Amino acid sequence: MTTTTTETTAADTTPRLVPLPHSAARVLIALGAIGTIASTFMSWTWTSDFPGDLTVYGYPAGLQVLALTGGLLTLLLGLTLWDVPGLRWANPARHAAPLALAAASAFAVCWFTGIAIAVDLGGFVNLDPGAYVAMAASLVALLGTLALPTPGGTWRDYLKKAENIPPAADLAPWAQRLAVTAATALALIIFTYGIGIPDEESETFIGFLLLVVLGTWALFAAGLFDRFSALNARHKGFAATLAFLAAAVFPLTQSDDHNANIGVNILIVGTVALGLNVVVGLTGLLDLGYAAFLGVGTYAAALVSGSEFSRFSGVQFPFWAAALTGMAASLIFGVLIGAPTLRLRGDYLAIVTLGFGEIFRITVNSLDGASGPNITNGPNGIARIPDIEIFGLNLGNAHQIGPFTIGRFANYFLLMLVITAIVVLIFNRASDSRIGRSWIAIREDETAATAMGINGFRVKLIAFALGASLAGLAGTVSAHVGYSVNPAPYQFAGSVPPNSAFLLAAVVLGGMGTVNGPILGATLLYLIPEKLTFLQKYQLLAFGIALVLLMRFRPEGIIANRRRQLEFHDNDPLDVPEQRLPDSTVGATKAGA
Amino acid sequence: MTTATTTATVLEASGVTMRFGGLTAVRSVDLTVNTGEIVGLIGPNGAGKTTFFNCLTGLYVPTEGKVSYKGTVLPPKPHLVTKAGIARTFQNIRLFANMTVLENVLVGRHTRTKEGLWSALLRGPGFRKAEATSRERAMELLEFIGLAHKADHLSRNLPYGEQRKLEIARALASEPGLLLLDEPTAGMNPQETRATEELVFAIRDKGIAVLVIEHDMRFIFNLCDRVAVLVQGEKLIEGTSDVVQGDDRVIAAYLGEPFEGAPEDTALDAVEAAEAQAADADADADTDTAEAPAAEAQTADAHTAEGDTK
Ligand SMILES: Nc1ncnc2c1ncn2[C@@H]1O[C@H](COP(=O)(O)OP(=O)(O)OP(=O)(O)O)[C@@H](O)[C@H]1O
Ligand SMILES: [Mg+2]
Repeated sequence: MTTTTTETTAADTTPRLVPLPHSAARVLIALGAIGTIASTFMSWTWTSDFPGDLTVYGYPAGLQVLALTGGLLTLLLGLTLWDVPGLRWANPARHAAPLALAAASAFAVCWFTGIAIAVDLGGFVNLDPGAYVAMAASLVALLGTLALPTPGGTWRDYLKKAENIPPAADLAPWAQRLAVTAATALALIIFTYGIGIPDEESETFIGFLLLVVLGTWALFAAGLFDRFSALNARHKGFAATLAFLAAAVFPLTQSDDHNANIGVNILIVGTVALGLNVVVGLTGLLDLGYAAFLGVGTYAAALVSGSEFSRFSGVQFPFWAAALTGMAASLIFGVLIGAPTLRLRGDYLAIVTLGFGEIFRITVNSLDGASGPNITNGPNGIARIPDIEIFGLNLGNAHQIGPFTIGRFANYFLLMLVITAIVVLIFNRASDSRIGRSWIAIREDETAATAMGINGFRVKLIAFALGASLAGLAGTVSAHVGYSVNPAPYQFAGSVPPNSAFLLAAVVLGGMGTVNGPILGATLLYLIPEKLTFLQKYQLLAFGIALVLLMRFRPEGIIANRRRQLEFHDNDPLDVPEQRLPDSTVGATKAGA
Repeated sequence: MTTATTTATVLEASGVTMRFGGLTAVRSVDLTVNTGEIVGLIGPNGAGKTTFFNCLTGLYVPTEGKVSYKGTVLPPKPHLVTKAGIARTFQNIRLFANMTVLENVLVGRHTRTKEGLWSALLRGPGFRKAEATSRERAMELLEFIGLAHKADHLSRNLPYGEQRKLEIARALASEPGLLLLDEPTAGMNPQETRATEELVFAIRDKGIAVLVIEHDMRFIFNLCDRVAVLVQGEKLIEGTSDVVQGDDRVIAAYLGEPFEGAPEDTALDAVEAAEAQAADADADADTDTAEAPAAEAQTADAHTAEGDTK
């Protein structure tokens, strides 16, 4: 942005970045957006070597679809400047930031694509005219938005949420529900699109991330997220049901069972992260060895699964019994670890749990018959775990529902979805009760909490045990999904997802103390390395950088608990309790948004 | 001193001693509080008043001595003490900052309800009923202290005086027989102090005995049926307001030197002057700790504001 200047002309004193009259800005935005849209129907490069095949005239593909979406979003928000009736809701405050961010999303996608083509194929000669049109048009639109007046006139003003958002018009209840439905459907589409990007098309996925991040930000800046969470809070049950329905529809949209596999793994880590959230987010106990509880549940289920490699190979529990066994085993392990350690506070607890987490893995490694009694088969683990059978339905086989084929992973996805729903329900009910309040009280001030009659040790132990058994429950499914179990993943930090650092990062990134947060966090942290294979080597480094940035710019996590948000942004006048906590609005699919 | 019958004795502390290494913060203090009484505990800064409270409520395990409530000896565990019927507030406000006003009071009801995790998960009629009763009781208390209209605000956003009141409501929620107040008017303006006085009387009228630490002498002498003076960990004297006000040793203790032949009527003034100083120092210390984060936030604000106007 070389045109950046804060000086304003004498004639026009409203602060802005690009000194252009308002009418010119509007025209630029419209032209730029339309140009961007049009360019996606042209060819951007001559060869189909570049991922997504951008060579076709007539319809968009791959990154062009993303550019098209960015362009449409810009156009939609741009039309609010002309006061087009029926579109005012999109930018109620008529704020410049949503426009600038939407234009930036199109700009980012177009320029990223252009540069990626040049880098991948060796030089700008590989660009077709369409790409130049896209880059030029998106730049024009962006400059146009930066010429819109803002209160401060600095670049920050083009990123901030609008301040005086007028209250939403009171929609009829059916219209409110329709809005919730539309938003949920949109979230499902976004998630499905993202997960559907082939693993080898890293470029497309990066473009997808750019579009989603900036586009979501634009909607947030317009104040639409606040409105949506208010609606969600008003229709809690409806929104939650819808979210789970949308999640259940997801496997039907996938022809490829590989994506369902990613989906089920996301659900598993998301559910475990939600369990950890009881311990970390609600009770404020930093548990660095949480993966061990998942491990205990997984191993317990594997041992009673009937696998020939299990020590108890003759035993094959039905799923419900295996699930209870896994939960019970984790619960016992949780109490055993919690009882001596929960008398410690803060850092000491973190260190001790870290130690116990490692002890679990090392013990499982040693119970191999050589260095100890043979129970877990040591580092070889327990292989060939048979599939779960529920109501005579073998989850290992593909099933036909009408025109849809439900593959193995899709079966497990649906089973796991039920478990996630149960865990969400448990989390919500527990946190909004006497026991949940005492957890939060302990987190806030342990001394005052005990002086109010709370038996700190007991209450913390309950949180620890509940968190552990939820992880154990998820573990029982994960044992079957992965065909085999071995001790390696249940460590503090590693490159394979269910490790303690990963789970903790999911909770912190998504938002502590909320329901949606950990699920969203787990989705992002699982999906991004899965799709950006070149990143996998640097996963831990990327983790670290992401967390540092997060702590600097949004310490409360992506989805803020109302409380946390106030804690970190003292000056926001958010305490006026008009809208209820949005965090109790559950949504597995919203996690994809 | 125990002229009252044992049934009327709410609190009986005998020989309470608290040592921190070489420092004896509280030395063999005896104190009784009877039903319907408001008892004051005064003394210069560092006399051991708060430490004594901590011994009473089980936050500290006294080195020696025992504390009994209505005839039963209390175990030195805070939650059991609260369960038995002693509730307290803190000198430097310790609310659950990120919970709402109502939730703070609900936490105070913890010992008077018993719904565990299972009933929370199953949400049977018993759970709903208990939850509704708790909310009702909590709202009554908020009305009693005059904060009902702020039930949904975060407690950290309340002004100082209201935070102190909320702490009292939270303590009352545990339905105590004895309320311990540690400097309830510290940092308050005169009107708020008067209001707090009324509040303490109202609490007494509910049949709750009150033991109160305060540096504001007028407040103490207006309010208390009996006053005990703690100096360097030892109880110097205990008696009615008049007896304590007239005692030379009290004045000497506050001023740090013998005060011989002083006319009777100046005694109170001298103590008050000394107390005013102490209270000032105290309030300063309090505001320092309480407002440091706020001040930081303000500077942060100022920075961003600067950035914006650039
Ligand atoms: N945990 C502790 N460890 C060591 N010393 C302590 C501890 N708590 C209190 N003390 C010491 O005990 C003495 C009495 O302190 P205390 O806080 O009880 O005084 P106070 O009468 O409440 O004073 P103030 O009027 O300033 O509140 C002080 O010298 C203090 O430093
Ligand atoms: Mg004190």
